Amino acid sequence: MKKVLILACSVVFAAAAFGSDTTRVKSSSTGIVKKDEAPITLPQGFKSVVIATDLGRARHLTVAANGDVFVKLEKLKEGKGILRLHDKNGDGKADEITGWGNYIGTGIAIKNGYLYASSDENVYRYKIDEKTGKVDTASVEKIVTGLVSQNQHSSKSIALDNSGNIYVNIGAPSNCCQVQDRVKGSPGQDPCPILEKAGGIWQFKADKANQSYAEGVRYATGLRNVVGLDWNTEVNELYCMQHGRDMLFQFFPELFNQKEGAENPAEEMFRLTKGADCGWPYCYYDNDKQQKLMTPEYGGDRKKADRCADKTKSVAQFPGHLAPNGLLFYTGSQFPAKYKNGAFIAFHGSWNRSPEPQAGFFVVFMPFKNGMPNGKWEVFADGFSQIPKGATEGRAKYRPCGLAQGPDGSLYVSDDTNGTIWKVNYSK
Amino acid sequence: MKRVLFALLVLVIASAFGVQQQKPQPGNLKAAMTRGKTVYEATCLACHQPDGLGVQNMNPPLVKTKWVLGDKKALIKIVLKGLQGGEIEIDGDKFHNPMPPQESTLSDQEIADVLTYIRNSFGNKASLVSMGEVKAVRAKLK
Repeated sequence: MKKVLILACSVVFAAAAFGSDTTRVKSSSTGIVKKDEAPITLPQGFKSVVIATDLGRARHLTVAANGDVFVKLEKLKEGKGILRLHDKNGDGKADEITGWGNYIGTGIAIKNGYLYASSDENVYRYKIDEKTGKVDTASVEKIVTGLVSQNQHSSKSIALDNSGNIYVNIGAPSNCCQVQDRVKGSPGQDPCPILEKAGGIWQFKADKANQSYAEGVRYATGLRNVVGLDWNTEVNELYCMQHGRDMLFQFFPELFNQKEGAENPAEEMFRLTKGADCGWPYCYYDNDKQQKLMTPEYGGDRKKADRCADKTKSVAQFPGHLAPNGLLFYTGSQFPAKYKNGAFIAFHGSWNRSPEPQAGFFVVFMPFKNGMPNGKWEVFADGFSQIPKGATEGRAKYRPCGLAQGPDGSLYVSDDTNGTIWKVNYSK
Repeated sequence: MKRVLFALLVLVIASAFGVQQQKPQPGNLKAAMTRGKTVYEATCLACHQPDGLGVQNMNPPLVKTKWVLGDKKALIKIVLKGLQGGEIEIDGDKFHNPMPPQESTLSDQEIADVLTYIRNSFGNKASLVSMGEVKAVRAKLK
């Protein structure tokens, strides 16, 4: 009896010790793929595998050196806000899913032995052993705190450079900085007071606790909302994707017809240097005029550039409302040479193109040379929404959100509708 | 016994009559739905979408929710005064975009029509909203 008791006790202790880094997500079926989902479409030579499903609101993700995938959730799953996907039996799919962190958020990244994750107000970090994927959750440090989070555009994306800095997007809680937000006819506030603490990218130290606005630097301003954000290691600069403003057709039918309202403004990619001002809310990029122009709420007529002439110019423009939520510069060697140092962009898909058909819901590739776009962008991965082409109604089955690169050069894509994770590989 | 039966009969007839009075004429409903659809497409569709299901995280769905099918006064107030964003929570999901107030852009009739429309579209089925009901709420909020 004694023996059994000791055995039982030690099993319990061992289990508790084993579970000390992360807690196993309860139901055994959670997230584990039982059957392959409908495959996404990819260029010739590429194949995808669904490594996990039903994770919920899977936002950004990152992959450790051992291949473990870490996913940040925008809605807690069984009380957990960060999930670790581990492939124990080596079949390429996650079969052990654990989690920790009781806060929702979007940003997640690994750098120099730490895993960084953001809530909508703070940035945390944890020690991680990348060889085993083991995270010491007790080592948690709050790096950044007290960021603006007021309903709209509250998610915080993060990127790290090679000089010990972390960059955090702080979205503007507004569509266009009107006196009355999203009310037709309400004028733009000038100057826009939101820009003091939001509507830009802030830079903080990656290893200093409890930094807020006083300790940070407003690295770039005039950005309405950014979700896709990445540090380009080839040229050592920060790039981001801006979500352009909504409601041009609804608020200014005399300037934009229904189709022009769906196509404008551009979703823009910026290459940022310290002090950049990308123009929001005073300016927008007009896809038809191919120019940065004054916003109608600030007196714009689709002709005047005025104070927009000297704003930071975007390096690439995309159709309106596609919602670029993930940006990744590909540094791997697995994919063909043209992909090296190019940008993958995950478009979450539109809503403000209605009553025109919605668009987006795909992953785009844009070739780059010396840190600048080199050729036209192309759709890389598609088929996520499963909405028939041209349909004006219908709900997207999957919505691409986050992108990550694995240690072997494979590409990971997350979907925040059901929480599906794809791994994309290339072989000749 | 006869008396009781008679009383019961009166009650049944009265209640039937009452229901009949409250029930909208089929023609009224049809006309209100047609007018309401026009208002919906011009004012509401961009955010709440052609299928009334809204946009995850931003604009709440109008389908099978107490906010639309429940207290009419509360629903009328939302349309008149708008919302800041974040107030609506459905099954643990919050919706963060503000709702612009419509008190200076839509008439009592237009609000009654569009609410009748959303309460009887997208799989919803609920009573009509009358112009008088909107008028009363508007007067009370002044």
